[in-house]
Amino acid sequence: MAIEVRIPTILRPYTGEAKTVEASGDSLTAVIDDLETRHPGLRERLLDEDGSLRRFVNIYIDDEDVRFMGGLQAPVSDGASITILPAVAGGSADLG
Amino acid sequence: MLEIAAELVAAMVAHARADHPDEACGVIAGPIGGDRPERFIPMVNAARSPTFYEFDSLDLLRLYRDMDDHDEEPVVIYHSHTATEAYPSRTDVSYASEPHAHYVLVSTRETGSDEGPYELRSYRIVEGQITEEEVRVVGQSSRTE
Repeated sequence: MAIEVRIPTILRPYTGEAKTVEASGDSLTAVIDDLETRHPGLRERLLDEDGSLRRFVNIYIDDEDVRFMGGLQAPVSDGASITILPAVAGGSADLG
Repeated sequence: MLEIAAELVAAMVAHARADHPDEACGVIAGPIGGDRPERFIPMVNAARSPTFYEFDSLDLLRLYRDMDDHDEEPVVIYHSHTATEAYPSRTDVSYASEPHAHYVLVSTRETGSDEGPYELRSYRIVEGQITEEEVRVVGQSSRTE
Protein backbone atom coordinates (compact mmCIF):
# COMPACT_ATOMS: atom_id res chain seq x y z
CA MET A 1 0.00 0.00 0.00
CA ALA A 2 1.41 3.35 -0.89
CA ILE A 3 -0.09 6.25 0.99
CA GLU A 4 1.23 9.76 0.57
CA VAL A 5 1.40 11.80 3.78
CA ARG A 6 1.83 15.57 3.52
CA ILE A 7 3.80 16.99 6.44
CA PRO A 8 3.40 20.56 7.75
CA THR A 9 6.47 22.77 8.19
CA ILE A 10 6.55 22.38 11.95
CA LEU A 11 6.82 18.58 11.76
CA ARG A 12 9.44 18.42 8.99
CA PRO A 13 12.33 18.10 11.43
CA TYR A 14 11.00 14.56 11.99
CA THR A 15 11.11 13.74 8.29
CA GLY A 16 14.49 15.19 7.36
CA GLU A 17 12.63 18.24 6.05
CA ALA A 18 10.61 16.19 3.58
CA LYS A 19 7.24 17.75 2.72
CA THR A 20 5.72 14.42 1.82
CA VAL A 21 6.58 10.90 2.94
CA GLU A 22 5.16 7.50 2.14
CA ALA A 23 3.45 5.20 4.57
CA SER A 24 1.29 2.11 4.68
CA GLY A 25 -1.61 0.97 6.79
CA ASP A 26 -5.33 0.37 6.45
CA SER A 27 -6.41 2.70 9.23
CA LEU A 28 -5.15 6.05 10.46
CA THR A 29 -3.77 4.46 13.61
CA ALA A 30 -1.85 1.91 11.53
CA VAL A 31 -0.45 4.66 9.32
CA ILE A 32 0.69 6.68 12.35
CA ASP A 33 2.41 3.61 13.82
CA ASP A 34 4.07 3.00 10.47
CA LEU A 35 5.28 6.60 10.24
CA GLU A 36 6.72 6.35 13.74
CA THR A 37 9.01 3.48 12.72
CA ARG A 38 10.81 5.73 10.23
CA HIS A 39 10.23 9.11 11.88
CA PRO A 40 10.53 8.60 15.62
CA GLY A 41 8.86 11.23 17.72
CA LEU A 42 6.21 12.05 15.12
CA ARG A 43 3.50 10.06 16.84
CA GLU A 44 3.83 12.05 20.06
CA ARG A 45 3.14 15.24 18.09
CA LEU A 46 -0.08 13.76 16.73
CA LEU A 47 -1.42 11.84 19.73
CA ASP A 48 -1.71 12.82 23.37
CA GLU A 49 -0.83 10.74 26.45
CA ASP A 50 -4.13 8.86 26.21
CA GLY A 51 -3.36 7.90 22.62
CA SER A 52 -6.10 10.18 21.26
CA LEU A 53 -5.72 12.55 18.36
CA ARG A 54 -4.53 15.93 19.63
CA ARG A 55 -7.29 18.51 19.59
CA PHE A 56 -5.32 21.10 17.66
CA VAL A 57 -3.84 18.83 15.01
CA ASN A 58 -6.03 18.34 11.94
CA ILE A 59 -5.65 15.22 9.82
CA TYR A 60 -7.44 14.74 6.53
CA ILE A 61 -7.78 11.60 4.41
CA ASP A 62 -8.47 12.53 0.79
CA ASP A 63 -9.62 15.98 1.91
CA GLU A 64 -12.02 14.78 4.61
CA ASP A 65 -11.39 15.62 8.25
CA VAL A 66 -10.79 12.31 10.05
CA ARG A 67 -12.92 13.54 12.95
CA PHE A 68 -15.92 12.88 10.70
CA MET A 69 -14.60 9.48 9.62
CA GLY A 70 -14.06 7.73 12.92
CA GLY A 71 -10.89 9.48 14.05
CA LEU A 72 -8.02 7.09 14.59
CA GLN A 73 -10.12 4.19 13.28
CA ALA A 74 -10.74 5.99 9.98
CA PRO A 75 -10.10 3.55 7.15
CA VAL A 76 -7.32 4.33 4.72
CA SER A 77 -7.35 2.88 1.22
CA ASP A 78 -4.45 2.19 -1.07
CA GLY A 79 -3.37 5.33 -2.90
CA ALA A 80 -5.01 7.65 -0.37
CA SER A 81 -3.49 11.02 0.41
CA ILE A 82 -3.25 12.11 4.02
CA THR A 83 -2.61 15.74 5.01
CA ILE A 84 -1.57 16.89 8.48
CA LEU A 85 -2.15 20.54 9.39
CA PRO A 86 -1.77 22.06 12.85
CA ALA A 87 -4.79 24.15 13.76
CA VAL A 88 -4.47 27.89 13.37
CA ALA A 89 -5.90 29.08 16.67
CA GLY A 90 -5.28 31.22 19.70
CA GLY A 91 -6.78 34.22 21.44
CA SER A 92 -6.70 36.18 24.60
CA ALA A 93 -8.43 33.45 26.64
CA ASP A 94 -5.98 31.75 28.97
CA LEU A 95 -6.38 28.12 27.93
CA GLY A 96 -2.73 27.30 28.58
CA MET B 1 11.10 43.10 11.04
CA LEU B 2 7.81 42.96 9.20
CA GLU B 3 7.67 45.10 6.10
CA ILE B 4 4.10 45.50 4.93
CA ALA B 5 2.04 47.69 2.59
CA ALA B 6 -0.25 50.26 4.18
CA GLU B 7 -3.29 48.77 2.41
CA LEU B 8 -2.66 45.42 4.09
CA VAL B 9 -2.44 47.05 7.51
CA ALA B 10 -5.69 48.88 6.78
CA ALA B 11 -7.32 45.61 5.69
CA MET B 12 -6.38 43.83 8.94
CA VAL B 13 -7.61 46.73 11.07
CA ALA B 14 -10.88 46.95 9.11
CA HIS B 15 -11.43 43.21 9.60
CA ALA B 16 -10.74 43.48 13.33
CA ARG B 17 -13.19 46.37 13.64
CA ALA B 18 -15.84 44.57 11.58
CA ASP B 19 -15.71 41.44 13.76
CA HIS B 20 -15.44 43.27 17.10
CA PRO B 21 -16.29 42.16 19.79
CA ASP B 22 -15.39 38.74 18.43
CA GLU B 23 -11.76 38.09 17.55
CA ALA B 24 -10.97 38.40 13.85
CA CYS B 25 -8.37 36.21 12.19
CA GLY B 26 -6.71 35.60 8.88
CA VAL B 27 -3.58 35.21 6.84
CA ILE B 28 -1.55 37.30 4.41
CA ALA B 29 0.11 34.94 1.96
CA GLY B 30 3.27 35.58 -0.01
CA PRO B 31 5.72 33.70 -2.22
CA ILE B 32 7.47 30.85 -0.42
CA GLY B 33 10.76 31.98 1.08
CA GLY B 34 10.18 35.61 0.06
CA ASP B 35 9.05 36.98 3.45
CA ARG B 36 6.81 39.44 1.58
CA PRO B 37 3.16 39.62 2.64
CA GLU B 38 1.11 40.13 -0.50
CA ARG B 39 -2.29 38.45 -0.60
CA PHE B 40 -4.80 39.29 2.11
CA ILE B 41 -6.95 36.30 3.08
CA PRO B 42 -9.42 37.04 5.90
CA MET B 43 -10.77 33.90 7.53
CA VAL B 44 -13.91 33.10 9.47
CA ASN B 45 -13.36 32.64 13.20
CA ALA B 46 -15.11 29.31 13.66
CA ALA B 47 -15.07 29.87 17.43
CA ARG B 48 -16.95 33.20 17.08
CA SER B 49 -15.62 34.23 20.45
CA PRO B 50 -14.42 37.46 22.01
CA THR B 51 -11.47 35.60 23.49
CA PHE B 52 -10.62 32.73 21.13
CA TYR B 53 -10.14 32.15 17.43
CA GLU B 54 -9.76 29.08 15.30
CA PHE B 55 -9.91 28.45 11.56
CA ASP B 56 -12.53 25.84 10.67
CA SER B 57 -10.70 22.62 9.75
CA LEU B 58 -11.99 22.47 6.17
CA ASP B 59 -11.38 26.20 5.63
CA LEU B 60 -7.84 25.53 6.81
CA LEU B 61 -7.34 22.72 4.30
CA ARG B 62 -8.72 24.84 1.46
CA LEU B 63 -6.47 27.73 2.50
CA TYR B 64 -3.32 25.60 2.47
CA ARG B 65 -4.25 23.99 -0.86
CA ASP B 66 -4.88 27.45 -2.30
CA MET B 67 -1.53 28.74 -1.07
CA ASP B 68 0.14 25.60 -2.39
CA ASP B 69 -1.41 26.16 -5.82
CA HIS B 70 0.12 29.65 -5.83
CA ASP B 71 3.49 28.58 -4.40
CA GLU B 72 2.74 30.67 -1.33
CA GLU B 73 3.12 30.30 2.39
CA PRO B 74 1.44 32.18 5.25
CA VAL B 75 3.76 35.17 5.78
CA VAL B 76 1.47 36.89 8.27
CA ILE B 77 -1.00 35.17 10.58
CA TYR B 78 -3.11 37.85 12.23
CA HIS B 79 -5.81 37.98 14.84
CA SER B 80 -7.35 40.57 17.07
CA HIS B 81 -7.74 40.93 20.81
CA THR B 82 -10.87 42.84 21.64
CA ALA B 83 -10.38 43.71 25.31
CA THR B 84 -6.71 43.14 25.94
CA GLU B 85 -3.41 44.37 24.57
CA ALA B 86 -1.94 43.42 21.23
CA TYR B 87 0.49 40.98 22.81
CA PRO B 88 0.50 37.18 22.39
CA SER B 89 -1.23 35.34 25.20
CA ARG B 90 -0.06 31.96 26.53
CA THR B 91 -2.77 30.45 24.36
CA ASP B 92 -1.40 32.23 21.30
CA VAL B 93 2.05 30.85 22.03
CA SER B 94 0.81 27.29 22.66
CA TYR B 95 -0.91 27.12 19.32
CA ALA B 96 1.60 29.02 17.18
CA SER B 97 2.57 26.38 14.65
CA GLU B 98 4.06 28.25 11.70
CA PRO B 99 7.69 28.90 12.60
CA HIS B 100 8.32 31.21 9.64
CA ALA B 101 5.26 33.40 10.05
CA HIS B 102 4.96 36.89 11.46
CA TYR B 103 2.23 36.79 14.08
CA VAL B 104 0.39 40.11 13.95
CA LEU B 105 -1.88 41.17 16.76
CA VAL B 106 -4.41 43.95 16.46
CA SER B 107 -6.18 45.24 19.54
CA THR B 108 -9.58 46.90 19.25
CA ARG B 109 -9.92 47.40 22.99
CA GLU B 110 -9.88 51.18 22.75
CA THR B 111 -12.44 51.99 20.08
CA GLY B 112 -14.08 48.68 19.16
CA SER B 113 -15.70 48.79 15.75
CA ASP B 114 -15.24 52.53 15.35
CA GLU B 115 -12.48 54.53 13.70
CA GLY B 116 -9.86 55.68 16.10
CA PRO B 117 -6.74 54.42 17.85
CA TYR B 118 -5.83 50.76 17.58
CA GLU B 119 -2.76 48.75 18.43
CA LEU B 120 -0.99 46.63 15.81
CA ARG B 121 2.19 44.80 16.69
CA SER B 122 4.10 41.92 15.16
CA TYR B 123 5.97 38.98 16.64
CA ARG B 124 7.91 35.87 15.77
CA ILE B 125 6.83 32.92 17.89
CA VAL B 126 9.25 30.02 17.60
CA GLU B 127 9.47 27.04 19.98
CA GLY B 128 7.52 28.88 22.63
CA GLN B 129 9.59 32.06 22.46
CA ILE B 130 8.05 35.43 21.60
CA THR B 131 10.21 38.02 19.88
CA GLU B 132 8.58 41.34 19.06
CA GLU B 133 9.67 42.97 15.83
CA GLU B 134 9.39 46.34 14.15
CA VAL B 135 6.52 46.86 11.73
CA ARG B 136 7.59 48.97 8.76
CA VAL B 137 4.57 50.23 6.86
CA VAL B 138 5.28 50.97 3.23
CA GLY B 139 3.39 53.35 0.98
CA GLN B 140 0.35 55.46 1.63
CA SER B 141 -3.03 54.11 2.53
CA SER B 142 -5.99 55.91 1.05
CA ARG B 143 -7.60 55.68 4.50
CA THR B 144 -6.76 57.99 7.35
CA GLU B 145 -6.85 56.74 10.92
